[in-house]
Amino acid sequence: MSTPSLSLYLLVGAILFAISVIGIFLNRKNLIVLLMAIELMLLAVNTNFVAFSHFLGDLHGQVFVFFILTVAAAESAIGLAILVALFRNMRSINVDELDSLKG
Amino acid sequence: MAQTALFWIFAAFTLLAAVRVITARNPVHAVLFLVLCFFSSACLWLLLQAEFLAITLVLVYVGAVMVLFLFVVMMLDLHIDRVRRGFWSHLPVAAVVGAAIAIQLWLVLSNGSWQMLAAPANPAPAGGNTRALGELTFTQYLLPLQLAGAILLVAMVAAIALTHRRREDSLRQSVPDQIAVRRKDRVRVVAMASARPAGEAQPAAAQPGAGAVPGTPTGKGS
Repeated sequence: MSTPSLSLYLLVGAILFAISVIGIFLNRKNLIVLLMAIELMLLAVNTNFVAFSHFLGDLHGQVFVFFILTVAAAESAIGLAILVALFRNMRSINVDELDSLKG
Repeated sequence: MAQTALFWIFAAFTLLAAVRVITARNPVHAVLFLVLCFFSSACLWLLLQAEFLAITLVLVYVGAVMVLFLFVVMMLDLHIDRVRRGFWSHLPVAAVVGAAIAIQLWLVLSNGSWQMLAAPANPAPAGGNTRALGELTFTQYLLPLQLAGAILLVAMVAAIALTHRRREDSLRQSVPDQIAVRRKDRVRVVAMASARPAGEAQPAAAQPGAGAVPGTPTGKGS
């Protein structure tokens, strides 16, 4: 039975990570798409973890993915809450307009 | 052979959806493409025999976190034109950085000693992936599990504290305010003459309600 090799999964993870980095560059003004790009990055890392866990026959990698998912969920919840509070105060989530601290 | 074909299909869906996430004009479309991306990644994880994590990804991420994203995107009144201004101006830098990261990762990953790694002959533990993962999580990783729960609790409290606001126009009963009321808050004692001698005009002291004294038609207005 021929199955896809480990390098193919790692390649998918690497391309996913690169796409999310490019997304951070492109959407540098839109805070909510920035959060989505961070989620994509975590997904790429998790894919690598799961692939290695499968090919090494070691379940500890999957436990790690489990904790990463937990922390990512908490992070996105707090990030979105901050976003909502920000939008209430500034009526905007454009990063360029968030310059209140600039002297 | 079938697994390889499925892998290519799921990988293509994952990557195309990821590209659309970062280039979609409408944030709602971006969230929906992110859902597609997570879903095809869950399929990839299923190919890797990580059933529990794949289902968790669908239930927790697609079911909860992405819905949260959708709520927030729809709640915010975004000016897409202003946000999209100069969107493609940073594409050259972004492409260089992204290509550099991808190539470097690939150079590292393609030269590792794990190239020869084939899947273990019998990787699926007895009782299934979920059972093995649960046994590991609740024995060896018990303390990190509790910490993860604490992190989720902190995140919940923080999110509520950040977004909760007290409505100003709600007619709510406030028991502490009711208990704290004292007599001087509600009762005002006004010093006034109890009765007026007959024939003596005192218009300034006359009250509109004091109808007991006849002959003084001028009220408080005079």
